[in-house]
Amino acid sequence: MASADSENPQDPQTAIPHAVKIIVAGGFGAGKTTLVGAVSEITPLSTEEVMTEAGYGIDDLAGVENKTTTTVALDFGRITINPDIVLYLFGAPGQDRFWFMWDELAEGALGAVVLADTRRLDTCFHAVDFFERRGVPFVVAVNRFEGATAYEMAEVREALDLSDGVPVLMVDARERESAKETLVCLVTHVIESRRPAMSG
Amino acid sequence: MSGVGKRRRPNPSGAVHARVEVEPSLEPNRTWHRGRGHPTSEGPATGVTTGDAPAGPLVRPYTMTKGRTRPTEQGGRLDLITIVMASPGHGRCPRDPERQAILDLCHRPISVAEISARLDIPLTVIRVLLGDLLAEGDVHTRAATPMTKLPEKKVLQAVLDGIRRL
Ligand SMILES: Nc1nc2c(ncn2[C@@H]2O[C@H](COP(=O)(O)OP(=O)(O)OP(=O)(O)O)[C@@H](O)[C@H]2O)c(=O)[nH]1
Ligand SMILES: [Mg+2]
Repeated sequence: MASADSENPQDPQTAIPHAVKIIVAGGFGAGKTTLVGAVSEITPLSTEEVMTEAGYGIDDLAGVENKTTTTVALDFGRITINPDIVLYLFGAPGQDRFWFMWDELAEGALGAVVLADTRRLDTCFHAVDFFERRGVPFVVAVNRFEGATAYEMAEVREALDLSDGVPVLMVDARERESAKETLVCLVTHVIESRRPAMSG
Repeated sequence: MSGVGKRRRPNPSGAVHARVEVEPSLEPNRTWHRGRGHPTSEGPATGVTTGDAPAGPLVRPYTMTKGRTRPTEQGGRLDLITIVMASPGHGRCPRDPERQAILDLCHRPISVAEISARLDIPLTVIRVLLGDLLAEGDVHTRAATPMTKLPEKKVLQAVLDGIRRL
């Protein structure tokens, strides 16, 4: 069997692993990059996408000089699961104006972690709305910054108006074990939510 | 809980932003990149620029693509996590530096997002360049599975086991 970094030219198809992704969403400074970095095998990298919100159908640069553009930087990390599967974790900014990026991010995503910053819980409302609407399974990870009010998880659940099935857990995004536990919680939730409606 | 607003479930017909692949304004005197694509640093504004002040990738990236902002058909199917690899025997003819740099990275399987980050070239540009390389047979991707397809059960189980082993 070819390994992930095989350069064997005979069988290029099997040398290319399958990639899956998890989205880590949350407001400004909620700990997205920290969480990604805590579990990633590489220092989180950053890439950028530039888009405008108007002007479908433009195929070249002529005439785009005056369009409003938005640049969004995405952080991501990587976990090699086995020679055939690579997991990518994308930290996605939660601001409204970055929404254009979210459709692409959500497409085919395994699931999402919504980081709820208890200093400003409302900064994750948009992310919750989005994943609910898109049917992307998610968990809410509450990170408690120093000085923030210590909410009960039930209070967070209520404030976010979460369905009963959505797991809520505490996280310290700086701790690898805690970050791991969050991902385990998410993937377990995804597997459970895939289970076909019980019939016997 | 005082002081915390409660989320209201959105109106299902709420407007959703359209995602449009168009490119930034032309401003010849700016440098096109501000050193992103490197390990991120901490702090609230890391790597994020807004639309108010055009700052970022401008002329040079689209010189690489000869002004095109849309990839070829193959390039259009490139997701952030599509894994790309150089084809056996590729690149006998000389190439421009950007395409060569992509090919050099693709000696090992590598995702589109990672190529963009490591070369410090915006994703939209990378997609155009990769589209060309795909069309010319210099690189290939794993056999096409629709991007929208959700991961299979056995993949999910492997991911779960892999995370537990971390
Ligand atoms: N106490 C505490 N601090 C954290 C936690 N997670 C992150 N931090 C700190 O919060 C700060 C911001 O974290 P980042 O990971 O950069 O947050 P981010 O969500 O990526 O921020 P932006 O990308 O700017 O929106 C850093 O100084 C982190 O060390 C946490 O779980 N608990
Ligand atoms: Mg960040």
